Amino acid sequence: MSHLPADMRTRAEELVALYPEPRSALIPLCHLAQEQDGWLVPEAVSEIAELCGVTAAEVRGTATFYDMLHTEPVGTYAVAVCTNIACLLGGALELLEHAESTLGVRAGGTTPDGVFTLHEAECLADCDKTPCVQVNHRYVGAQTPESFDALVGDLRAGRLSDTIPTHGTLVRVRRSVGLQADPAAIKSERAAVAGEQAARVAASGEKKA
Amino acid sequence: MAITDAPKIITARLGYDDSFTLERYLATGGYTGLRKALTMTPEAVAAEVDAASLLGRGGAGFPAGRKWSMLRKNPVTYLVINGDESEPATFKDHMLIEGDPHQILEGVLISAYALQVTQAFIYLRGEFALGLERLQTALNEAYAHGAVGSNIFDSGFSLDVVVHPGAGAYICGEETALLESLEGKRGFPRIKPPFFPAAIGLYGEPTVVNNVETMANIPWIVNNGGAAFAALGAGRSTGTRLFALAGHVRNPGNYELEMVKTTFRDLIYAPVLGGGIRGSNTLKAFIPGGVSAPWFGPDQVDLPLGQDEVGNAGSMLGSGSVVVMDSATCMVRAAWRITKFFSRESCGQCTPCREGSGWLERIMYRIENGGGREEDLDLLMDLCDNISPGVAWPPQQTTICVLGPSIPSSIASGIRMFRDEFLVHVKEGGCPFD
Repeated sequence: MSHLPADMRTRAEELVALYPEPRSALIPLCHLAQEQDGWLVPEAVSEIAELCGVTAAEVRGTATFYDMLHTEPVGTYAVAVCTNIACLLGGALELLEHAESTLGVRAGGTTPDGVFTLHEAECLADCDKTPCVQVNHRYVGAQTPESFDALVGDLRAGRLSDTIPTHGTLVRVRRSVGLQADPAAIKSERAAVAGEQAARVAASGEKKA
Repeated sequence: MAITDAPKIITARLGYDDSFTLERYLATGGYTGLRKALTMTPEAVAAEVDAASLLGRGGAGFPAGRKWSMLRKNPVTYLVINGDESEPATFKDHMLIEGDPHQILEGVLISAYALQVTQAFIYLRGEFALGLERLQTALNEAYAHGAVGSNIFDSGFSLDVVVHPGAGAYICGEETALLESLEGKRGFPRIKPPFFPAAIGLYGEPTVVNNVETMANIPWIVNNGGAAFAALGAGRSTGTRLFALAGHVRNPGNYELEMVKTTFRDLIYAPVLGGGIRGSNTLKAFIPGGVSAPWFGPDQVDLPLGQDEVGNAGSMLGSGSVVVMDSATCMVRAAWRITKFFSRESCGQCTPCREGSGWLERIMYRIENGGGREEDLDLLMDLCDNISPGVAWPPQQTTICVLGPSIPSSIASGIRMFRDEFLVHVKEGGCPFD
């Protein structure tokens, strides 16, 4: 019994078909599962394992390596405050302290109502707008303590739901080509490509390293 | 030295509100480089890039043309683009991906043609949600336009491109870790040799890995010729380059400047660039090329922005990010935060990096917060020496990848340049800047 509903399952299979080896879809599938559940629930981990042809332990082994993949529940809004060097110089430690007091949780914690998870982030690559904050991986520009409180109020009231989807939804643009192609057609195309490559290798007369 | 009127090679389109759309791209000369390349032989296209002497813009600065030519005798299976920009204070690729995704795609298409590759992956940092959406939209548009897919522009050349999201790990910017990640695994760097991507890359096949900014230069090079690119800059540092200026300047931002012809002083102080130090403070130190690079003091501000020029002075141009620290900056705190970053991002494979970064971070933390001892300075340098023997530049390596030897840079710079400031922390039992 599939954990992912039919439309998500279709998208998952399209993702797997994109890669020469199914395992490469592991991280994109984790993002897809988080779009569904907000985090990686055990049933999703098992389904990803089945789709990629690996064990659930291997999926967890990969997932726990990456900051964006969560094996425990995350708030509706994951708020990331960067404190790395450029933001540090721009007052990020003070902002993080303020964020902790506004949200009433320490970095890494989730508010009791499950709306916010606060993260102390490493550089988010927006270093001309410091201190830099992302909500669900969307940039919200340089923040002051005052603007941060306003941001939290807007998020709580749902005023930013158009621009900031709930946690887990990473890419709202779907691939319009290839993904929807017949997986069998993709497979045969890849076989043909591999054949051409083998021919080129043979023609070059060079041994592969 | 002065700011030159060199052409904007990769940032020309960014002034438009709709710079990321196919419509704007086509209206401003987009995909003409690809059309031209498809009329040439793959070898001739590669020769133009070779003639441009384009140095890879990811951080290591390896000539892109040479990277390709190593593979001419040994056919490449995959082209992988590194868009996992995570070096602290580097935000140039972020701007290019969101602002001009078609330019990157065109560079990928031309490069794939030159290498005769039929499958390319663009690995983007997972935190770039908008960038992922912009690039995927651009890719959809490019497929519909006939610029990607089967029989591109009726040339007989076919290429499939996949935009692949990462999931948050600095180490995946290291090319072999990126390939592991693209195979669905933890971002553990592979040992070189034997795992040079050109020999044993993605799925064990020969693979070229190039940076996003490198790709963005390719359309201009094909349109204008490698010689025109090589005419800009000087020595090994040709063309223009994006410099990401951050920290205590009036106008932080990304600036495309002609290499070597411009200095750090221009970048930091020119009114049209950095605009000088914020407030009434003065320059205390700057990091010339990402946090892995040793720091420079005000006496080195007249160095030109060139790979060898900065390298010979004992640091590196690296990722092109310049962090400016003013006279009110606590250097212990700055070095502590950079060390904490490496400690968090160490993948954990090699003991000197995994354990050393944590030990260094804890010692730095206690100095900054009043628990430091005078002998801690020697202890820090001793630990640095265990990670990178000699604590010299370029650094010795005891680990699989270069993250390890990058760790000592900030601490060694801090102690060598600001020893008294470290000692004041110890003597006063806390940070004098608090």
